[in-house]
Amino acid sequence: MGITVSMTVNGQAVTAELDPRTLLVQFLREYRQLTGTHVGCDTGQCGACTVHLDGRAVKACNILAVQAQGAQILTIEGVAANSELHPMQAAFRDHHGLQCGFCTPGMVMNALELVRKHPDPSEETIRAGLDGNLCRCTGYHNIVKAVQAGAAAMKR
Amino acid sequence: MNAPVIGQPIKRKEDYRFLTGSGMYTDDVTLPGQTYAYFVRSPHAHATIRSIDVSKARAAPGVIAIFTGDDLARAKVGGLPCGWLITDVNGQPMKEPPHPPLAQGKVRYVGDHVAVVIAETLNQAKDAAELVDVDYATLPAVVNAGDARKPGAAVLHDIAPDNTCYVWALGDKAAVDRAFAGADHVTTLEFTNNRLIPNAIEPRAAVAQYSRGDDAYTLYVANQNPHVERLLMTAFVLGLPEHKVRVIAPDVGGGFGSKIYLYAEETVITWAAKQTGRPIKWTAERSESFLSDAHGRDHLTKAELALDKNGTFLAMRVITTANMGAYLSTFASCIPTILYATLLAGQYTTPAIYCQVTAVFTNTAPVDAYRGAGRPEATYVVERLVDTAARETGIDRAEIRRRNFITQFPYQTPVALLYDTGNYEATLAEAMKLADVAGFEARRKQAEDRGKLRGLGYSTYIEACGLAPSNVAGSLGGRAGLFEAGEVRVHPTGTVTVFTGSHSHGQGHETTFAQVVADRLGMPVENIDIVHGDTGRILFGMGTYGSRSIAVGGTAIVKALDKIVAKGRKIAAHMLEAAEADIEFDRGNFKVAGTDKSVTIGQVAFAAYVPHNYPLDKLEPGLNESAFYDPTNFTFPAGSHLCEVEIDPETGQTRIVNFTAVDDFGKIINPMIVEGQVHGGLAQGIGQALLEACVYDPESGQLLTGTYMDYALPRADDLPSFRVATKETPCTHNPLGVKGCGEAGAIGAPAAVINAIIDALAPLGVRDIEMPATAERVWRAMQNTRELKKAA
Repeated sequence: MGITVSMTVNGQAVTAELDPRTLLVQFLREYRQLTGTHVGCDTGQCGACTVHLDGRAVKACNILAVQAQGAQILTIEGVAANSELHPMQAAFRDHHGLQCGFCTPGMVMNALELVRKHPDPSEETIRAGLDGNLCRCTGYHNIVKAVQAGAAAMKR
Repeated sequence: MNAPVIGQPIKRKEDYRFLTGSGMYTDDVTLPGQTYAYFVRSPHAHATIRSIDVSKARAAPGVIAIFTGDDLARAKVGGLPCGWLITDVNGQPMKEPPHPPLAQGKVRYVGDHVAVVIAETLNQAKDAAELVDVDYATLPAVVNAGDARKPGAAVLHDIAPDNTCYVWALGDKAAVDRAFAGADHVTTLEFTNNRLIPNAIEPRAAVAQYSRGDDAYTLYVANQNPHVERLLMTAFVLGLPEHKVRVIAPDVGGGFGSKIYLYAEETVITWAAKQTGRPIKWTAERSESFLSDAHGRDHLTKAELALDKNGTFLAMRVITTANMGAYLSTFASCIPTILYATLLAGQYTTPAIYCQVTAVFTNTAPVDAYRGAGRPEATYVVERLVDTAARETGIDRAEIRRRNFITQFPYQTPVALLYDTGNYEATLAEAMKLADVAGFEARRKQAEDRGKLRGLGYSTYIEACGLAPSNVAGSLGGRAGLFEAGEVRVHPTGTVTVFTGSHSHGQGHETTFAQVVADRLGMPVENIDIVHGDTGRILFGMGTYGSRSIAVGGTAIVKALDKIVAKGRKIAAHMLEAAEADIEFDRGNFKVAGTDKSVTIGQVAFAAYVPHNYPLDKLEPGLNESAFYDPTNFTFPAGSHLCEVEIDPETGQTRIVNFTAVDDFGKIINPMIVEGQVHGGLAQGIGQALLEACVYDPESGQLLTGTYMDYALPRADDLPSFRVATKETPCTHNPLGVKGCGEAGAIGAPAAVINAIIDALAPLGVRDIEMPATAERVWRAMQNTRELKKAA
């Protein structure tokens, strides 16, 4: 009943034999122990599971692991170079853009995608761009500030 | 290192792990040999269980065990307890129906727990759960609080044949009736305080392990108060020795009240871990969270305010029906009583207040504390009444508030609370300045020119935080203590570990509490770690709820620090060959007064653990102190929230164009974290006012808002940026002068938003609108008045 899946996760080539119904997020969390990618709703509505697949932000609870065959996957664990925070991560810390931290990995992954598309985003662009990521702690106020500051820092 | 750290916006110590995916939430825990639990839940709101056939499911691949309510009954597993006994108006105890962790004979809401399947993998557990054959005989259901006591309504529990848990009252009814009889004006409103689903983004989760070797359990659980969880589970449900159960609440992804309680799921898997001899993990799917997390609010209220001709408040009368859901959750009974009626004085000198609350059972998920817990409901009553009274009497809304503000402290309200301090005029004045109230009429005119309706709403709220003192709570029916515990361990090399009974699930205690210690001991926050959420490491704790952590938990740490300094002074006196009375302590240095002789806390700590030059005859070695602190009163944060909305009359769409909150939280340790708490609370309050509603089908009892496509949790583009500021009147009865800030936003915001909408629509004749004020409701309200005008 197993199916063999190969992909590159955070720069590392990985292969595993999986139950075909295994979701990408299950593969990352349970087979790769990359527990920074979270499951908040399992219906594609909260965005806590957001990762990058071939450079695009996707919700890993909405994709089967087999659909990522041959893909380059980047998770929150691969964003910081060595132990130095990425400018977007640093901006979240500096602007208190996180509280409980559960939505944070998905927010950061989606923010990176947003800045790739809009290097100099307005508040409106950020609020629209984060529409697919739910946060219950911050009221988004400081997340918006963090993404704006992160975008500016990424230009430097 | 003598710069003050209290009051500084220090970046959070916990952020690095959360930003790099290194946090450890309950579902991230994986134990060797771990199995998975999946719960079979009732698809019916109300039904008798005729039989449960698990034979097919038991034979399914990977299944280890299946348990039902009968298995738990045979093992003498008890019911989930309620922690607060309310005594009704006739002196009788509230009705406390049994709350078995797995249903016995009957299910009472959609999502009620029927059986648990434990299997090698989660998919196998889910597959087998589909094979559990439950034969239900469905019964009529009742879901709305207003229907529960109607003749012929479905009856949930034999011990409450009228579905009534209690009828409770507070205040001098005769005095209130007299005041109403002599009033110049009476304002009356009837409204619903809409039922909400808390929706922490981390779903509830638990991992339970039993170790046969030492007959001991370890439970990881997404919970706000692990010691309370352990106490309730061991003493009241499973009958286990408390010291044999270690409860760890690791990183927890938001709570907002919903993770205070002892739930069926973690109770069942803890018990089952011994039966199966294997660790068991359970993690809620979001649909399970919607169905089975404790919900919040759900009141029906008729409220009246009596005024004299000058707009002075004479009396208030409030009659509320509160929905408890199908069973009493852990603190359900005290929310619409002790934490609601006592807040009805608000910021005002209303001399007579009477409140009667009828709590009812319905075929819905249990209702308990959700951010604010009783206080948002009370504030909504008071602030809607005040704004409406102002409109009816033609008195300016700020002016009517000022005329009635409490200005002398301490102030004894007619509903049991003693406010220690506050300055309500100051927060209102500052909020009006920040919100540019002076320029509002011009903005309203400009909006009108663009075809839009603008409104401005006020809400000047009070809350009571740091629920206290224990003996008073006990006399009111509380079945637990309300103190907090803290322990400060100065290590031989001078670094510090603090153990606190408070729990952080987003509030940033690891930083705020470290600032308190750093300030006192004169060391960098990096040298101080805060440990929380583990009954195996922390002496005791009552956990985090009701904005109590800094006021109660922080004070316990201060008391422990006092003991550290007192002992350090003795050690330093010996080291410096001086009299103890001559030793001064200031931020890390013990100094002989009037000299330049001093030793650092680090040197003192080293001497305490390497006691070669040490008064061993008079003093124990070591530098580790603990304290329990029981507060002498509540704290009373207060503030003014001003909301400005713009409504599109064509669509009914409401947009918040400005939200200003000026709050008085007493002394502030970390303003960055406090602002974040306010933002989050405001978002939840605005969510209640504009977006969120838990809806059950009144016939079938099915939850209609069971996904994020149906339950409108605020998203980034639903909300504005906020204008937030603080004023400071220090709390008079705790050493830090702190009051707490976690719930303020959710308490003040709903009335501010609705008052703003009414202000915008008042020229059309709209007087009231129900929450959430969706575009459809606003549009309908406008149409109704237009239709009425046409008809007239």
